Amino acid sequence: MTMTATTEVLVRTPLAQTAQQGVVGTGETVVFWILGPLALLGALGMVFARSAVHSALWLVLTMLSLGVLYMAQSAQFLGFTQIIVYTGAIMMLFLFVLMIVGRDASDSVVEVLRGQRLAAGVLGVALAALLVAGLARSLDAVVPAAPLNPWSPGGGAAGGLGQVIFTDYLFPFELTSALLITASLGAMVLAYGGKGRKPRMTQRETVEARFQGKYSRPSPLPGPGVYATANSVATPALLPDGSVAEDSLSEILDSTPVERLRPDRDAVSGSVPPPDAHALTGTGHPEHGSERSTSGSTPDSGGEETPDGDSGDGTPGDGGGKNGSTGHAGSHGAAGATDDPQSPDDTAHPDAGSSSPEEVRQ
Amino acid sequence: MDQRNGLEDGVTTSMLAAPEPVQAAQGAIQNNAWLIIAIPLLGAAVLLLAGRRANGWGHLLGCATVIASFGYALALFTSVGGAEQAARSLHLFSWIPVNSLQVDFGLRIDPLSLVFVLLITGVGALIHIYSIGYMAHDQQGRAGRGNTERRRFFGYLNLFVAAMLILVLGNSFVTLYLGWEGVGLASYLLIGFWQQRPSAAGAATKAFVMNRVGDVGLALAIFLLYARLGTTQYSEVFARAGELSTGTVLAISLLLLLGACGKSGQVPLQAWLPDAMEGPTPVSALIHAATMVTAGVYLIARANPLYSMTETGQLVVAIVGVVTLLVGCVIGCAYDDIKKVLAYSTVSQIGYMMLAVGLGPAGYALGIMHLLTHGFFKAALFLGAGSVMHGMRDEVDMRKFGGLYRYMPITFATFAVGYLALIGFPFLSGYYSKEAIIAAAFAEPGWQGWALGGAAVLGAGLTAFYMTRLMLLTFFGERRWQHRTASDGGEFHPHESPPVMTGPMIVLAVGSVAAGFLFTSGERLVHFLSPALGELQEGHTVLPHSVIPVFTLGFSALGVLVAWLVVGRRPVPETAPSRVSPLVRAARADLYGNALNRAVAVRPTVGLADGLARFDRAGVDGTVNGVATTLGAASQVLRRWQTGFVRSYAMSMLVGGVLLVAALLSVGTP
Amino acid sequence: MTPTYYLLLSALLFTIGTVGVLIRRNAIVLFMCVELMLNAVNLSLVTFARIEGSIDGQAMAFFVMVVAAAEVVVGLAIIMSIYRTRRSASVDDANLLKY
Repeated sequence: MTMTATTEVLVRTPLAQTAQQGVVGTGETVVFWILGPLALLGALGMVFARSAVHSALWLVLTMLSLGVLYMAQSAQFLGFTQIIVYTGAIMMLFLFVLMIVGRDASDSVVEVLRGQRLAAGVLGVALAALLVAGLARSLDAVVPAAPLNPWSPGGGAAGGLGQVIFTDYLFPFELTSALLITASLGAMVLAYGGKGRKPRMTQRETVEARFQGKYSRPSPLPGPGVYATANSVATPALLPDGSVAEDSLSEILDSTPVERLRPDRDAVSGSVPPPDAHALTGTGHPEHGSERSTSGSTPDSGGEETPDGDSGDGTPGDGGGKNGSTGHAGSHGAAGATDDPQSPDDTAHPDAGSSSPEEVRQ
Repeated sequence: MDQRNGLEDGVTTSMLAAPEPVQAAQGAIQNNAWLIIAIPLLGAAVLLLAGRRANGWGHLLGCATVIASFGYALALFTSVGGAEQAARSLHLFSWIPVNSLQVDFGLRIDPLSLVFVLLITGVGALIHIYSIGYMAHDQQGRAGRGNTERRRFFGYLNLFVAAMLILVLGNSFVTLYLGWEGVGLASYLLIGFWQQRPSAAGAATKAFVMNRVGDVGLALAIFLLYARLGTTQYSEVFARAGELSTGTVLAISLLLLLGACGKSGQVPLQAWLPDAMEGPTPVSALIHAATMVTAGVYLIARANPLYSMTETGQLVVAIVGVVTLLVGCVIGCAYDDIKKVLAYSTVSQIGYMMLAVGLGPAGYALGIMHLLTHGFFKAALFLGAGSVMHGMRDEVDMRKFGGLYRYMPITFATFAVGYLALIGFPFLSGYYSKEAIIAAAFAEPGWQGWALGGAAVLGAGLTAFYMTRLMLLTFFGERRWQHRTASDGGEFHPHESPPVMTGPMIVLAVGSVAAGFLFTSGERLVHFLSPALGELQEGHTVLPHSVIPVFTLGFSALGVLVAWLVVGRRPVPETAPSRVSPLVRAARADLYGNALNRAVAVRPTVGLADGLARFDRAGVDGTVNGVATTLGAASQVLRRWQTGFVRSYAMSMLVGGVLLVAALLSVGTP
Repeated sequence: MTPTYYLLLSALLFTIGTVGVLIRRNAIVLFMCVELMLNAVNLSLVTFARIEGSIDGQAMAFFVMVVAAAEVVVGLAIIMSIYRTRRSASVDDANLLKY
């Protein structure tokens, strides 16, 4: 029965190559049983991950698995397209938007709608059961056709697909291209259009606004400082007494732990004698430069360390920080610091640094 | 000839004299007899459509048309010739040609219609002339070119005359019905002529509605005739009347009687006639005394071949006449309004006419004779009353009159002549006609003779009483108006009316006197009418012939005496006394006629209308509103599903999807 | 193993995506669940193409991909503009179309 059904279908479709049966080979079976569960795992991970970026990454895993599965089913062009276009372009687009939008309270644990989760679970199980039962019952003895030869026109490679698209499915192709153009135009309008975009403020207007209190502070945030030994955003600026300026703490990123800053702070506060300016040249008389001028050398060694540390600390900051929202002006430093202890990323630091941000704040 | 109206069923029509061969009209005068109708109709159209332009000469045109019609009627009368001529038929045009229903519009010129035509146009012409003076000033006092009311009045009067002529001249029942409705319309327009008065408007509506009740009877009778015979023309119906069964004839006669009761104001449909006095007095004189109210008598007289076939029908007619006669007399004794007394007098006299035509071949002609004499003297009385009102600032309450004979001599003289004719003073016209009716009533066999005759005599006595009372209150006695004021607050200055008003009154008074001799000498009228109404059959009376007139005169004299004793000799109170006997109280309340109408007709109808309105409000509107409210309530409940949460909507979609998949899997082939 | 297993995998992925749409509140994550459902359908299309031995299923899957791309572009632009005005990316906050 299945044979005749398949034969009928093959007679109908002009591009069927053979009327022979194919087999599901061992290699394909192995590939399926590895990547199938992997895809499922990715899907489940995507649904249940709390962080949005994690969800995106799990989805990337699923898509890659599916891409390979396409290739295993002699849809080579489609498989690569899946990886390049879908995973490479579309998921990256998702990630870009996630970065812009950032993290907010939308994924709190409390469910607003009563019974939503229970009903979703029950219905999900029911739907899965029904679909699986239906499919299994009706398609249990399916014998696949012979695999398509990718080198011949009509096969699963680019040539075969192209032949079909540009001849049989030309009209849908044209429509889809029109759709794409429309979509890109729409996206442009939505993202860059809109009403009421004011022209950029001039310098004078910006200064006036700043001093009228429309911004949280009249001046930009201080950078690491002239005598800082590192210039990453994660390095806080030091006040003359060696303490850390809270304004310079980044909200998004974890700041450098205090242990790393100890030499700098000592140098700035003057509790440590400044290094000999002529140590390398051997002239040996201690000249009093400013503390800040001599501290330039020491931070060099520290600077070698801190970039390494920085790279360790400054993992692109989804775990620890708040995003750049201008919600509450006065709380950036404090809020950024309070979140740090709970972030699991602190455990990734070489230092056991749960106490360090607090010390830094002192 | 002893066989009077005791005719058995299935009697052949050869015993009835009515169906003589109908000839076609001959000669120019007869062939153009339709002009009699057309001239007043044209006058009405001109007067009503011309508008204010015709204010100056409208009244003259109105009189001219009716006088012209009278002249033509005289010419027609002479051309038709003596009493031996049969009916003449003039076919005008085909009116309703619908398959088996073929109704032609034609005229029937026979003695009966001729006398009516002469009465209508003659008395009508006189009253038209009278109205020139009576309506000379409209309600705001304008005259001449400012008087729009008079022109409109003459237009309506001409319309009435035209419609009444159609009624009597038509040659089929349908044509009669056309005229019947036309006079009803004219009556409505004229009663409610002074539309601003709510009482007038109400009286007009009441008259029209009660006429309508009677019209139903007439219409049903015509339907029945058509259903049984297939024709409504007089000549054919009377020729084939023998084909009808007894029941059908009885039914038709009773239905025609119902129509006649409505139009002539007989019991039980008499309540509209006194209220119709709201219209101007010329209207009361013409329509509600001389002509329209006699249309019922005409109808029964015209249909005499049918009535001659049913003894029961005749008896019912006679009984209705007698009852109305007595009712009218009793109520007329209690009113102080001069026009209302005359109105009830009309009701009562038409009762006499109904009694006469209800006696069968013995009385048809007598009824018509009394109709003609009554037309003269009642019109004279009404015009006299109008003259009195004209001189007394339109006052109608007789308690404010008194001693007017010195101030209005001509009015008094004509009024007195009419009064004497009405009470049957010997050798005046009313004497002859009334005596003949009473004699014919006594000639009935068995108890009917005593009952009908006795009631008629009693009625004569009562008539004498209330008419004498009226005369005494109005023209004699102390001048009570000298220390009273009129209803509109002004002083009374009674004066005689202008010649344009007194002229017609004089003519009518002469007619009241002379008509008696004219009609009775040599039984001229009866013979003249015999081709249409059959030979007059005289019968044996229970009392000797010579006794009856003496009997009647005695009763009348008794009535006059009682009135003089009760009213003439005592001072007249200024307002009607309130401590009176129950009979007087009942008479003042129209013998509870209006109350009966209210209870039987008005209240059930109003109740039905209320019930329907309530059903419409609660049931129909309630259902519709209830549906709307239910939908609204359901919406209020269902709108809670629109929570605004996308995920809830997605949930419901998923539920639907799961259900669909489950259904497909369970129903579809595995 | 028969190609039916691919179909079963596709069904399971589809269901997981559906449940994700119902559970997640972040608009972008919800969108990603929709993408997962589209991918599941693509898998089933490719499987059917393989079963039939014809290339029509692959062409269909190709078009699905293109349309999905366009849809993602526009959808994300919408989400971004909503976020700009409302400062929130939660679908529960866009609940004004209610009774």
